[in-house]
Amino acid sequence: MTDLLDRRLLFVTGKGGVGKTTIAASLALLAAQRGKRTLVGEVDAKGNLADFYETGPTRFKEREVSPGLWAMSMNTEESLKEYLSLQLRLPLVAKIGPLARTFDFVANAAPGVKEILTVGKFLWEVRERSYDLVVVDAVATGHITGQLAAPSAIQELVQVGMVRDQTGWMLDILGDPAQTGVVIVSAPEEMPVNETLELVDSLQAETVVDLAAVVANRVLPELFGRGEEEVFDAIRALPEDTLAGLVGGPVKPLLDGAQLAVTLRRTRGHHLARLRAELPGGIPILYVPYLFQRSHGARATGQVAAHLGEELGY
Amino acid sequence: MAGRARAKASTGSIEQLLAAKEIVIHCGSGGVGKTTTAAAAAAMAAVHLGGKVLVLTVDPARRLANALGLEEFGNVETQVPTEAFAEAGVEPRGELWAAMLDTKKSWDDLVAMHAPDAATRDAILDNPLYKNITGRFVQSHDYIAMERLYDIHASGRYDLIVVDTPPTRNAIDFLEAPERMADFFSSRLLRWLTVPARSRVLTMASKPFYSVADRILGSKFLEDIAEFFLLFQTMYDGFVERAQAVTRTLADSRTTFVVVSTLESAPVAEAEYFIDALEERRLHLGAVVLNKVLPAWFLEKGSTGAAKALVSKAPAIAGDLPPSLGEPEQVTRVLKEVGESFLNFQVVAKREAETRAELSSSPDVVATVPYFDSDITDLAGLLLLGEQIWS
Repeated sequence: MTDLLDRRLLFVTGKGGVGKTTIAASLALLAAQRGKRTLVGEVDAKGNLADFYETGPTRFKEREVSPGLWAMSMNTEESLKEYLSLQLRLPLVAKIGPLARTFDFVANAAPGVKEILTVGKFLWEVRERSYDLVVVDAVATGHITGQLAAPSAIQELVQVGMVRDQTGWMLDILGDPAQTGVVIVSAPEEMPVNETLELVDSLQAETVVDLAAVVANRVLPELFGRGEEEVFDAIRALPEDTLAGLVGGPVKPLLDGAQLAVTLRRTRGHHLARLRAELPGGIPILYVPYLFQRSHGARATGQVAAHLGEELGY
Repeated sequence: MAGRARAKASTGSIEQLLAAKEIVIHCGSGGVGKTTTAAAAAAMAAVHLGGKVLVLTVDPARRLANALGLEEFGNVETQVPTEAFAEAGVEPRGELWAAMLDTKKSWDDLVAMHAPDAATRDAILDNPLYKNITGRFVQSHDYIAMERLYDIHASGRYDLIVVDTPPTRNAIDFLEAPERMADFFSSRLLRWLTVPARSRVLTMASKPFYSVADRILGSKFLEDIAEFFLLFQTMYDGFVERAQAVTRTLADSRTTFVVVSTLESAPVAEAEYFIDALEERRLHLGAVVLNKVLPAWFLEKGSTGAAKALVSKAPAIAGDLPPSLGEPEQVTRVLKEVGESFLNFQVVAKREAETRAELSSSPDVVATVPYFDSDITDLAGLLLLGEQIWS
């Protein structure tokens, strides 16, 4: 298997609420910490990637947010401008502004154009070798297939013209497992696992992109070891005053809390087991523990990066 | 965010809301349990309020179908079998129906309805661009959801329609979709694309944009687009009229919105964004449902001290407990784990309480649903959740 961070382009996706951006931000940070010149880009211009590094807002023009790590936010209009000035060598950038705005209509009308401007920008960075690794905080599971299939769709729909000419090299990079991969972020809950498994199928059926890894995020710790749960049950069965007297405070919430942790872990364990069982062989699963955190800022990003690093054997 | 003016919510309960309104739209970011909450609300309404209730889900979630005792969701409205209610031990006063949104099928129906004749209809349905647009054009999903909702409501088949929507940022699109669809049909580009090809070449020569569009996309593709929209143009009036009617339905006093969120920072930010968007558009915010909230006893007075004592004095406490519990080392480890786990969860519970206080500065919050430690797999589970949001 190709080492995850040795690929050149990673699309990180997942169902809403599983921590897709956390994982994208952390993977990028980990790569940069390991000496790779890394670009991390969020596809949703209104996203909150910047919050994970706490270094101010991100824009289309990438900015170094940490040593060796550049961050940007996708903006299809800007991407088009860049494309036009690079490809058509249009002399006056000022003139492209209104042009790009009008073009927005075409982008809306013609399926795949917006998607290809998004995916194309990242593929371009890979082709130009400006970075060792490009990590994309991509769209959620429901839309990623459409986005990654855009170059193929365009190739079918558009017979001639520049966009068509561009799809060839894009597909070459997208379809090369040594260069490009998808990372699906999942969580040990029913719907995220379902969506992960469905996406594995649709990626294979509808796109040329390789599935690189699955991240099981927010895995709760195992509270008790072998035989300890019986001890816990026996403690719970004691008259409440016995333990409360020794501790000098209310113990019911403590015991109820531990019980909740145990049952949550058990319910989620079933979903994890299903993920392991139904995922095609050879796809690595990286486990990231649930972080009992105050917030999800730079500190949490660093902690998740460390866990990912351990899982990758660094 | 605190202190910002907010849309006023009704001060009643979700029960009142479901009894008084005809359309209840659930919105919020992905993963907060919107689909389940919408289904639970609809099930409760069918059981307790009676009448004919439909839950319309936009998110293609299979579990909901299973929980409702349906084989699977389809575009066709299906009645939840009475046996499912019997299994849950309740006798519903009304009927519960469910349907899922099939974008492609709904578009086809819409085209069939608006096309002036069978030939135009078939030409559109066979157009490769049409297939691509309805399948991949994300925004078409938003529009068609509103359209379908309008259609079902106008049919008068139901007393109450409970709707589940795509994630918030899309849901904003979802609110604007009818307008955008109308704008789109009257856009300059569309007019240009739909003029005869020859005069288009003339326009092209004089306008750099068109020549660039031509160079980038190729004239053949532009022709395809043009043909498609030329066909679509025949349905213009019907479409715009419908889009406006859909917009009116959203703003109608019989329609209300329920914002669903967990107490994690990202979903809360989206919920606030959505509440503001509703207010801006003068749409009715019915309630905010806070889902998957940790139980309040994590913050019980004195519990922090107790947990800390349990961790620090575990060996001594273990020694004082009856020896029948097990090996002292094992008991010590269990006590430590219990204390540490409690303190861990308490960090999260405190953060949630803080976030909740910020959200509650307005009187919108009417329902809190605690963390369920097992999954909802049947109607009984759905009704159990329903009880939590009911009053």
